[in-house]
Amino acid sequence: MSIEIRNIVKTFGEFKALNDLSLNVESGELVALLGPSGCGKTSLLRVIAGLETPDSGQILFHGEDTTDRHVRERQVGFVFQHYALFRHMTVFENVAFGLRVRPKSTRPSDAEIKRKVHDLLQLVQLDWLADRYPAQLSGGQRQRIALARALAVEPKVLLLDEPFGALDTKVRKELRRWLRRLHDEIHVTSVFVTHDQEEALEVADRVVVMNKGQIEQIGSPSEVYDTPASPFVYQFLGDVNLFQSRVHEGWAQVGSAKFAATETSEHATVYVRPHEIDLSRIATPGAISGTITHIRLLGATVRLEVEVPDHDVVEVELTRERQQEGAWQVAETVYLIPREAKVYATV
Amino acid sequence: MAELRLEPVDAGYQLIGDLTLAAIAPVWLASRQINWQSQLVDLSQVGHCDGAGAAFLFELGQSGAQLRNLNAETQRLLTALDPQQALLLSPQKSRNKPITQIGHLTRSAVRDFAAQITFIGEAASALAQVIVRPQRLRWREFLRQCELTGANALPIISLISLLLGIILAFQSAIPMRQFGAEMFVANLLGLSLVRELGPLITAIVLAGRSGAAFAAEIGTMKVNEEINALVTFGYQPMHFLVLPRLLAGVCMLPLLAIWSQAIGMLGGALVMQGFGIPLATFWSQLSSQVDAGDFFGGMLKAAAFGLVVASVGCFRGLGTGTGASAVGAATTRAVVNILVLLVITDGILAVVYYHLGW
Repeated sequence: MSIEIRNIVKTFGEFKALNDLSLNVESGELVALLGPSGCGKTSLLRVIAGLETPDSGQILFHGEDTTDRHVRERQVGFVFQHYALFRHMTVFENVAFGLRVRPKSTRPSDAEIKRKVHDLLQLVQLDWLADRYPAQLSGGQRQRIALARALAVEPKVLLLDEPFGALDTKVRKELRRWLRRLHDEIHVTSVFVTHDQEEALEVADRVVVMNKGQIEQIGSPSEVYDTPASPFVYQFLGDVNLFQSRVHEGWAQVGSAKFAATETSEHATVYVRPHEIDLSRIATPGAISGTITHIRLLGATVRLEVEVPDHDVVEVELTRERQQEGAWQVAETVYLIPREAKVYATV
Repeated sequence: MAELRLEPVDAGYQLIGDLTLAAIAPVWLASRQINWQSQLVDLSQVGHCDGAGAAFLFELGQSGAQLRNLNAETQRLLTALDPQQALLLSPQKSRNKPITQIGHLTRSAVRDFAAQITFIGEAASALAQVIVRPQRLRWREFLRQCELTGANALPIISLISLLLGIILAFQSAIPMRQFGAEMFVANLLGLSLVRELGPLITAIVLAGRSGAAFAAEIGTMKVNEEINALVTFGYQPMHFLVLPRLLAGVCMLPLLAIWSQAIGMLGGALVMQGFGIPLATFWSQLSSQVDAGDFFGGMLKAAAFGLVVASVGCFRGLGTGTGASAVGAATTRAVVNILVLLVITDGILAVVYYHLGW
C-alpha cells in the first residue's frame, strides 16, 4: 500500500517539528528516514502511524485520506526503539496479542493463532523462545519479537522507529541485513527511522534525508551518497573535510589546488571525504601541502591528521596497506591530492 | 601579605603578594609590556592565588615565561585550568514576572482540569459500553486487580484497623469513665467506625498501596511505549488498563471497609473488656446505636473513595511524561492528589448526608 504525505505541519509549542513536508512512499518499498536527532523524523513516523495528529496537512494510504482515522483503523505495525514488549506476557502471548484482541467476528480460531504465531516466530528465527518472558531475552531477540508482533496483524504498513538504536554494533549489523532479507521476502511497505547513515544506505530502497523538519533530499542510497543535493547531506552522510576558499574566475582555490565552482559567488566551501584524498611526497600542481600531526589506527583503516596552513586540520583515511607502502610518519611534510571534491557556494 | 608587586630580579622577575582578582589588574597590565620569552618568574613570595591569578599565570606561561617555585595550591589551580574546555554553567533560570508566573500556573491548571474532564468522560463512556456488553471487560484482569487491591491488602488493613479500634476505645474510655459513661464507648466506636473511619482509613491505606501502584504500573507502560503499542493494535488503554482497575477499586474498597470496621470493633471490644464491660454488653450497646442506614451510608462513602483512589491513580499514570524520573513524579502526584480528593469527597458527602438526614 502506498503512502502519500501532503504538506504536513506539526508543532510542539514553539518548536516546529515538521515544516510543510510532503513525501510519497511507493507500495512495497523500504524507505529510510535519515537525519540528526531533533530533525522531525520520529514525529513524521508517529504522524503516519496516527499516534500524533498533524496541525495541518494530509496523510493518504493508497490514495485514501486517513488523516482523521484512528490508529486502530489504519492497520499499521509499529516497532518501537525500546521494543515496548508487554512484560507480563510470554513471547508467544506478545506475538499473539494483536490477533487475540480482535473483535470476535474477525478473530482467528485458537489453532489458527497458534499456527500463525509459530510461523512468525520461525520467520524471525526465534521459535524456540516462545515460552520465555521478554526480560529473559537479549536486546536483539526482543527487537525481533517486537517485529514479529507488529507483523502478526498483517499490517499494510510497517513503521520502525530506530529499531536497532538500542543494540550494539555487531547485533545491529546482523539485524540490518536480516531486516533487508525479511523485507525482500514479505514486501510490506515499510518506513524506518534512523540516525545512522550506514544503516540507511545499507538497508533502504530509498533514503529520505531530513533536517529541521524538512526534507533535504530523497533518492536511492547511491544517489544521496554520490550526488548530495546540499552541503548538509554531504556532511551528514559520512566524514568530510571542509576548505573555505575564495572564488576566482569560476575556480575555488585551496592552496595551489583549484576546484571548479559551479555557482558564481565570492566564497565557496570545498568538501572532500577523508578517503578520497591521496598522499604524495612530491609536490605536484594542484596538491595541497601540509604536515602530518597524528596517525591513528582504526581497525582496517588508518586515519592521518594533516595540518594545512590557513585551514583546519585535514583528515585523511588510508587503508593499512597504503599506509604501510607509504610509511607515513608524524611531522612529515606531505602533499594532499583530492580525487573527488564538491564545491558549494558560501553565502 | 600586602599589595601585589612584580619586580625585576637577576634571573628574570619575582612576584610578591597575593594573586587575587582584586589585586591583579595593575600587574597584569604592566606584564603585557614585558617580553616574557624564556624569562624566569619566581613565585616563592606569592601567598594566596585565586582563579584570576591562575589565569594570569597561564597567560605568562603561554607567552613563554617559565614559572618557578609555585606553591602547591597555585600549582593545583594552574593544572585545573584548561581554557580549551569551556566551563559549563547551567543556564540561568530566567525569572518571569509574577504575573507571567501566575499566567503559566493558571494555564497548566486549566489544561490539567481539561485532561481530568476528558478522562472522566472517556471512563464513563467505556463503562457504559461495558454495561451494555459485559464481555468487553477483561474479566481475568479485573479479578487479578481485585486480588491485588483487595485480598492482598487484608493484612495491613487488619493491623491498622485493630490498632485504630484499640486506640479509639482507650482514648475515649478514660475521659468518659470520669462521668461513669464508659458504657457508651461502644456507641461512639460503632458510629465513628461505620460511618467515617472504616472507609477513610481503608481508603488512605489503598491510596498508598494501590493508587501508587496503578500510577507506577501504567506510568511504566507509558514510558516504555507499551501504551502506544496497545493503541496501534487498536486497543484503548481505557478499556484495557483503566476500567478493570477502576471497577476493582470500587468493588474492593467497600469490602475492605467492612473488614476494617469489624476488626476495629474487635479491638475496641478487647479494650472494653479491660474496663470491665463484657462482650455481650458491648454488642448490645453497639447494635442499639448503629443501624442499617449508618452502614449503607458508610458503604456508599467507601465506594466513592474507591472510585477516587483508582481513577486518580490511573489518571496520573496515563499522564506520565517521558524519562525514568517521570514514573516517580506521577506516583507522588497520584498519592497526594488522592489524599486531597479523599478529604474533599468526605466533606461533600458529610454535607449531603446531613441534608438528607442520614
